[in-house]
Amino acid sequence: MKWVKVIVSFILTLSFLSFPSCGFESDELLVDDEEFGLEGAPQHRSPEPIPTRSPPVTSPTRKRHSDLDSDSKIHFSLDHAFGDSDFSPAGTFSARLKTWSHGGQTLTKLRFSRNSFSDVEKEKFKNLLESDDFYRIRLPSNVLSPPGRDFIISSVKARCLPRESLDEHFVIHMEGVNVLAVNYGSPGSCPYPRNLKLPAKWSFSSHTVLKNSEQAPRAPVFTEEILGGENAEGEVVQPAERSFWAKYWMYLIPLGLIVMNAITQAMNMPEDQATGQVPAQGQPSAGAVQRGPSSAVRRR
Amino acid sequence: MAIRSFFLFILFFSSLSPVFSLYEDQVGLMDWHQQYIGKVKQAVFSSQRAGRKRVVVSTEENVIASLDLRHGEIFWRHLLGVEDVIDGIDIGLGKYVITLSSGGSILRSWNLPDGQMVWESSLQGPNHSKSFLLVPTNLKFDKDNVLVVFSNGRLHAISCIDGEVLWKKDFEAESFEVQQVIQPPGSDLIYVVGFAASSQFEMYQINAKNGELLKHESASFSSGFSGEVSLVSTETVVALDSTGSILLTISFQDGKISSQQTPISNLVEDSFGPAVIIPSSVSGIFAIKTDAVTVFIRVIGKGKLEVVEKTTHEIAVSDALSISKDQQAFALIQHASSEIHLTVKLAHDWDGNLLKESVKMEQQRGLVHKVFINNYIRTDRSYGFRVLIVMEDHSLLLLQQGEIVWSREDGLASIIDVTTSELPVERDGVSVAKVEHNLFEWLKGHMLKLKGTLMLASPEDMAAIQSMRLKSSEKSKMTRDHNGFRKLLIVLTRAGKLFALHTGDGRIVWSHLLRSLHKSEACQSPVGLNLYQWQVPHHHAMDENPSVLVVSRCGPSSDTPGVLSFVDTYTGKELSSLSLDHAVVQVIPLPYTDSTEQRLHLLIDADKHAHLYPKTSEALSIFKREFSNIYWYSVEDQNGIIKGHALQCKCTGEVADEFCFDTRDLWSVVFPSESEKIIATVTRKLNEVVHTQAKVVADQDVMYKYISRNLLFVATVAPKGSGEIGSVTPEESWLVAYLIDTVTGRILHRVTHHGSQGPVHAVFSENWVVYHYFNLRAHRYEMSVFEIYDQSRADNKDVWKLVLGKHNLTSPISLFSRPEVITKSQSYFFTHSLKAIAVTSTAKGITSKQLLLGTIGDQVLALDKRFLDPRRTVNPTQAEKEEGIIPLTDSLPIIPQSYVTHALRVEGLRGIITVPAKLESTVLVFAHGVDLFFTQLAPSRTYDSLTEDFSYALLLITIMALVAAIFVTWRLSERKELQEKWR
Repeated sequence: MKWVKVIVSFILTLSFLSFPSCGFESDELLVDDEEFGLEGAPQHRSPEPIPTRSPPVTSPTRKRHSDLDSDSKIHFSLDHAFGDSDFSPAGTFSARLKTWSHGGQTLTKLRFSRNSFSDVEKEKFKNLLESDDFYRIRLPSNVLSPPGRDFIISSVKARCLPRESLDEHFVIHMEGVNVLAVNYGSPGSCPYPRNLKLPAKWSFSSHTVLKNSEQAPRAPVFTEEILGGENAEGEVVQPAERSFWAKYWMYLIPLGLIVMNAITQAMNMPEDQATGQVPAQGQPSAGAVQRGPSSAVRRR
Repeated sequence: MAIRSFFLFILFFSSLSPVFSLYEDQVGLMDWHQQYIGKVKQAVFSSQRAGRKRVVVSTEENVIASLDLRHGEIFWRHLLGVEDVIDGIDIGLGKYVITLSSGGSILRSWNLPDGQMVWESSLQGPNHSKSFLLVPTNLKFDKDNVLVVFSNGRLHAISCIDGEVLWKKDFEAESFEVQQVIQPPGSDLIYVVGFAASSQFEMYQINAKNGELLKHESASFSSGFSGEVSLVSTETVVALDSTGSILLTISFQDGKISSQQTPISNLVEDSFGPAVIIPSSVSGIFAIKTDAVTVFIRVIGKGKLEVVEKTTHEIAVSDALSISKDQQAFALIQHASSEIHLTVKLAHDWDGNLLKESVKMEQQRGLVHKVFINNYIRTDRSYGFRVLIVMEDHSLLLLQQGEIVWSREDGLASIIDVTTSELPVERDGVSVAKVEHNLFEWLKGHMLKLKGTLMLASPEDMAAIQSMRLKSSEKSKMTRDHNGFRKLLIVLTRAGKLFALHTGDGRIVWSHLLRSLHKSEACQSPVGLNLYQWQVPHHHAMDENPSVLVVSRCGPSSDTPGVLSFVDTYTGKELSSLSLDHAVVQVIPLPYTDSTEQRLHLLIDADKHAHLYPKTSEALSIFKREFSNIYWYSVEDQNGIIKGHALQCKCTGEVADEFCFDTRDLWSVVFPSESEKIIATVTRKLNEVVHTQAKVVADQDVMYKYISRNLLFVATVAPKGSGEIGSVTPEESWLVAYLIDTVTGRILHRVTHHGSQGPVHAVFSENWVVYHYFNLRAHRYEMSVFEIYDQSRADNKDVWKLVLGKHNLTSPISLFSRPEVITKSQSYFFTHSLKAIAVTSTAKGITSKQLLLGTIGDQVLALDKRFLDPRRTVNPTQAEKEEGIIPLTDSLPIIPQSYVTHALRVEGLRGIITVPAKLESTVLVFAHGVDLFFTQLAPSRTYDSLTEDFSYALLLITIMALVAAIFVTWRLSERKELQEKWR
């Protein structure tokens, strides 16, 4: 019986996935956290949400299709505002609400369908571009009972969005069924002197990422290893000492030779210097040359 | 083998960490430590005939201390915990100090001479109530004195010797509010009087021997009661009715309650508004205070009242002091412009004065808040009196014979905020005589030092050297020095007084009781909030004096109007003060200054309007230029919401104000209230300097630090786990750390620590955050670090790109771009719990950093940041070792030498402030709590200057000797040559 259930839900999921994205002209993207995480985020991810973090299961809303399924589909809307205008609906997020066996609920398979701009909105957006003002969006803070405690607001300078089309990028930080924050902006960079540029195509290309909390790396626990570890340390140091000779013998031997040479030369020097010192007296050199040998001769 | 490895381990560590430590003789060279006790609540004079005179005080900082009555020095002191508020102190048997604290639930006895605790007993009771501590002198149980304590609705008799409870009696009546506990001397009775149901007067008579209830009487007063009662004799109390206009004289002689009502208007014709009884315990006399006047009233016989004095001056009265069998004296202090008048009177004789003195008092001390009187026997066998007074600025003074014998600046025990100011630049024109004198001293000093280094010095010389080093006048000069060690620490205390402390020796350069923080009609209970540097002149405004901005508000709640005052830091004069018509919720110092180097500040009020200060057109024009680039955030920690804001346009109010701006919300982060609660938010210091963005790691690789001024670290915990450590199981407790960009509201990093709990102490510097919390699973404190690196600049490693200019290093950064960052994090165990955490900051940011941890033992520990490097691994490669990466260990080492406070303790440590000196290697550290401590630190040693004890004389002598040797050898060689030639 259990197997049948699992298989049925699996088939259901598959069919859902393969179903062509319907409706609007926006090119929606189906991205999951795993596929589209922030680059370089540490890979210490808890394999599954931790049971204790989940809030008490709220009563299912009308938007949930079936309560029997462990997965159910939910929708929540995105509102937008131009500058300081009021918020108006701009699109819908749909996702599957996954209820874990331990009671926690998470969203998966987030999809987004964006309403295209009406002419009035286009006009408003153009005004925003001209005045370099903010384009603001908002989401409910609880997806099961919108708007939850408060709306989550995010905004971006309107001039950051237009490229070929209007490119936008959502990172939605979730905590169970609560939306914590949404990071909204262009998918790439938005260099500072923001130039006025109208989009070639008045359609949105949206990217969405769902993010859940990561688990912190545990403090390393050494119990027995401390001494052992340090032992290994000591052994590592010693080979390094030996390898110094192994590495640099070719420099050291010539150096030694040079030093020895220098010493022998220095031992020979005094005699030469005793003879050579006399000329450096500021006398006419010719005289010195003449007299030098003579004194040497005399000494002998 | 084990020993060898252990030694290797030690060697390894000692070679790796530049151990910061002092030699014994270096203590006090660069550091100073000052001990305070806080505002005195209660003082008891030791009545011991022999030995040193002392006074025992309890303070609002929960300190009990024994002070030397002759000099005001501390003999001993104990700081009880923050929760352990002292309710009463007294001296029992002449040698024990008895303290009642924690809302009357802990009674302790301390040995008077040395402050050792003798015993402690905990007192429980049925309900919460006022608490009283009585030490009757004549109540005895076979040679044992008895303490009478009323606390938590229960009366206890406790043995003075061992703290054992002899008997107890509960007062469980529902609404019984105890007002006085009286033990008439010479009787075995205890009276407990109080109110019940707000209009019932209750009197219990209790046998002091066994706690038996002898009598219980009650009387109802339809008009009710308000405020305190004043005890005018052992069997009479005076109270006020609920309107504050009728005086009730209630006597309960022989267990019978009789009362008399006297309207205040009968006694004082021109009284307005409700009166309050000034608490005192002088028999026969009590004082009431109405709006303008203070009235002293004498009780004659059966409830008859008579006004003895009316005064409009500010007045303070002491408790009664019995000087002989039936004589009681008390002290009265009245203010008159720049003087205070002290009068000591006998309780039954108002017109005659035992003593009348006038003492000159600085205006900066404000009003007298409390008076404590003590008597002594003069050389001519007559009675002399001295009084201990507590002033408005929390200072403590002893007056005797018309003079201030000593004073203590105990306001410094409760510092709210600290900032620094440079000293004036040294002016030219030093006299020749001074130089000569200095030269001689200098030479003498160096000769001594030379002797010291050559080990020729005698013990006396050594002592002279030490004292010379300690007293070096150089460090306490009032001018700016080349190294930037000399500065003024400007501190704001809870009393609303501003102090300037010299960093050289910690002396008070000036102090100023802010007028704007004075109680006034408009501003009922002003509280100081913060200090900001208002004007820091350099470059083109050199002639101006620097000034600080003191922000305060007129009440405890955040929507009361604010007050700004501007204080010159050289002179301590209040330049001006502004009473604002809006509240001050947030103060944002902007990174812009006007032509006189005044910093622009944005004040956010309760209605989310932004107000620009200073209100000049120049400031406005500067502000307009940067209008669209100003963002800020607000944390609503009750709601668990963080919001980002930007400016919008001019205020749309009825009054046109061009310095007021509307704001709008840009982003919000809403933490789910059922799973997260904000407990800590930390940002980078505004004035922090980062030397370089690049960090060269092993293998000549470069990482770019993500350095942004607009980052906020937030820590949240499970609402259940926000209580004390151990109140929850690890399963239902977690801690989430966030790094949020405050311009766009992006969460750059978010990480959960399961099974962890607050309190969280965090510090944010450059591109890293270090935070401290408790790990419930490991039953240990932990410290975590995360560092954040910018990946968008990681391509700039190619030298050719740099040469050809194809790099993006100079392009402006916009936070609206999607950040490409990576974070590295690591956790370590740490032994101590913390009270404060800070990080060193140097002038150019080159010197490596140390974390300064205020430990639970009230000491400051310096911990090298390298121990908290997330890149530490168990077996670092050779290249990593060369870079200075320490092998991974599970816990952070505590090196005893790295205690910055060495042997001292900064009692009640609350904050650590670091200020960069001009010398790159050195940082100034100021730790404050009940005590103050200041020192200089060099996290990487003083690599850029010679040490203090460097012997210049030795260097000079060596050079001279060398020069002489050159001349001698030259002469010799010339002579030899000549001889050669003549040969």
